Amino acid sequence: MPDIYLDNNATTKVDSAVVDVMIPYFTEQFGNPSSIHRFADGVAKAIKRARTQVQELIGAEHDSEIIFTSCGTESDSTAILSAIKAQPNRKEIITTAVEHPAILSLCENLEKEGYTIHRMPVDKCGRLNLEAYKNLLSDEVAIVSVMWANNETGTIFPVEQMAEMANAAGVMFHTDAVQAVGKIPMMLQDTKIDMLSISGHKLHAPKGIGVLYLRRGTRYRPLLRGGHQERGRRAGTENTASIVGLGKACELAIEHMEYENVQVKAMRDRLEQGVVASVPHCFITGDINNRLPNTTDIAFEYIEGEAILMLLNKAGIAASSGSACTSGSLEPSHVMRAMDIPYTAAHGTIRFSFSRYNTMSDVDEVLKVMPEIVAKLRKLSPYWDSVNNTPVANPEQAFQPTYA
Amino acid sequence: MWDYSDKVKDHFFNPKNAGAVVDANAIGEVGSISCGDALRLTLKVNDDTEVIEDAGFQTFGCGSAIASSSVLTEIIKGLTLDEALKVTNQDIASELDGLPPEKMHCSVMGREALQAAVANYRGEEWKDDHEEGALICKCFAIDAVMIEEMVWANKLRTVEDVTNFTKAGGGCAACHEDIEAILEKVLKERGETFDPLAAPVEKVEVVAEKKPLTNLQRIKKIEEVLNSFRPQLMADGGDVELVEVVDKTAYVNLTGACNGCQMSAMTIAGIQQRLMEVMGEFIKVVPASQMPKLVTIGEATHA
Repeated sequence: MPDIYLDNNATTKVDSAVVDVMIPYFTEQFGNPSSIHRFADGVAKAIKRARTQVQELIGAEHDSEIIFTSCGTESDSTAILSAIKAQPNRKEIITTAVEHPAILSLCENLEKEGYTIHRMPVDKCGRLNLEAYKNLLSDEVAIVSVMWANNETGTIFPVEQMAEMANAAGVMFHTDAVQAVGKIPMMLQDTKIDMLSISGHKLHAPKGIGVLYLRRGTRYRPLLRGGHQERGRRAGTENTASIVGLGKACELAIEHMEYENVQVKAMRDRLEQGVVASVPHCFITGDINNRLPNTTDIAFEYIEGEAILMLLNKAGIAASSGSACTSGSLEPSHVMRAMDIPYTAAHGTIRFSFSRYNTMSDVDEVLKVMPEIVAKLRKLSPYWDSVNNTPVANPEQAFQPTYA
Repeated sequence: MWDYSDKVKDHFFNPKNAGAVVDANAIGEVGSISCGDALRLTLKVNDDTEVIEDAGFQTFGCGSAIASSSVLTEIIKGLTLDEALKVTNQDIASELDGLPPEKMHCSVMGREALQAAVANYRGEEWKDDHEEGALICKCFAIDAVMIEEMVWANKLRTVEDVTNFTKAGGGCAACHEDIEAILEKVLKERGETFDPLAAPVEKVEVVAEKKPLTNLQRIKKIEEVLNSFRPQLMADGGDVELVEVVDKTAYVNLTGACNGCQMSAMTIAGIQQRLMEVMGEFIKVVPASQMPKLVTIGEATHA
């Protein structure tokens, strides 16, 4: 059975070169970077080097703008909570309806505490209306937080332009860039982005390491206070091995940036074109001409995503879905709902996300099994007419079950 | 991925009785496309014997929804309609060697499709009797709607109350924040404020009876308390009925899913606790199966 991993937006395999550079920091250089003895000799230096490697990948002006955290979620929480703590008189937050739960759940919680949350809607292709955004900006707004790229569809938001607009209105701008960093080039020193979140495990570094980029001069309040680590902006003993690993992963990401945007993109394009050509009644979601190079999200109508994933898994292929059942919730993914994808399609969305470890033969394998998997499940579906092999006429009217 | 049993996987990968029965004379359609689960059950029922001769399913849904549908058709084939109606969602789940708590609703959907199909055959209208909410307590599979209803019905005020009345929050306790949010909301609608340190709720009819009760009053009171437990039990496919009261012992029958359920001891303990609080006297609750055979009503009243 093949072993094909197409779920790289969920997490990635740690690059073996990354593992190699990490090992000495578990075994030999295990000292606390703050200590003055030979077990800690090279540790502070290694962290400094990692900091510049991250700095280079995102094009930050200073290495001191890089704050190591434990994960993307911590970076997101730190950014938003810092902004509201530093500006206690500003009681509004602007974000989008399609953010990751790391932002949305936090905002929901702040809403209970009296904050006004503006969740900007998206159109059917997942795009924002910048005119409406402009009208929301005011001196009541503590922070704007908009993801650089959407994790489900890969749709890229115009965060550089939006940061300029926020800056002109005197409003702080944060972007959750965990899906974008390492996949598309960026040069933060040329932007007005104040804060940006990175998650190590999305770019072949280990889980449990993240970064908050904090533009020099941005007003800031730490989430964790304590020791002097990260210049007092994020207390807690450094996760040295993972920091070193993330540095290496950033270096590798720079090396592979072109490969990611040419070869990886070619695999993605071939997969989605092949699927759309061979499977009837399916479509690609998101802003097709403005996406991450590695992501495609395909809605298979009249069948359910978890069932598709189980059959894919049986065929040795790993992907993910926006259906309600995969998460145990009552609604399909909030991203699909925000784009107004009909329920009969939203529950059947499958995301394939590539990395530089994939090959064209992986694509061939998916194309080989996909039509059969979809056909098998449609045979079971009350929305599908098996005799004529088409959807039943007016599916949502033809089958109207009693709500249970 | 969910931790599905081998039986769930087997019924998913090799579903039995998939597709519609061609000459079906009973059809049940339940589910909700917004939740991503919908099921059409078609049956061929023998008009003379009411035996289900053939059953087929068409399901839009996840692995466990398809497996639940498949196993349901296997269970009911050959049963009479009345026998089939006794199949509970717990029966479906246990035939599959269990389902994850988030997926128990798939088995509920199976039972409801069956009820709908039987109603359709008999020319009756089937009405869904419950609404499903977001799953709050994962240990005991209790959803938000159930908790809200119980908070309203019994004027609950604290997380502890909710646990006593619904079991929700009685396991790992991770859902206590969510339960507090429900309490805050309902209490606000009731014009009260949520106080996490409020005293436990005084049960049903608050005043513990001071005067000695007549036997009839006692039995009525006991039934009242049992009734307050029934919605929750029925949602789990079970029920409770009072069989006999002898002295300080109430014999009850736990039926349906409650019968033999691991939780039945806990349920009985909960009923007993509440009875004592309401009646202001010691009362022991015992399953009717343990009732001394020789006791007759006549003897009992003279005991």
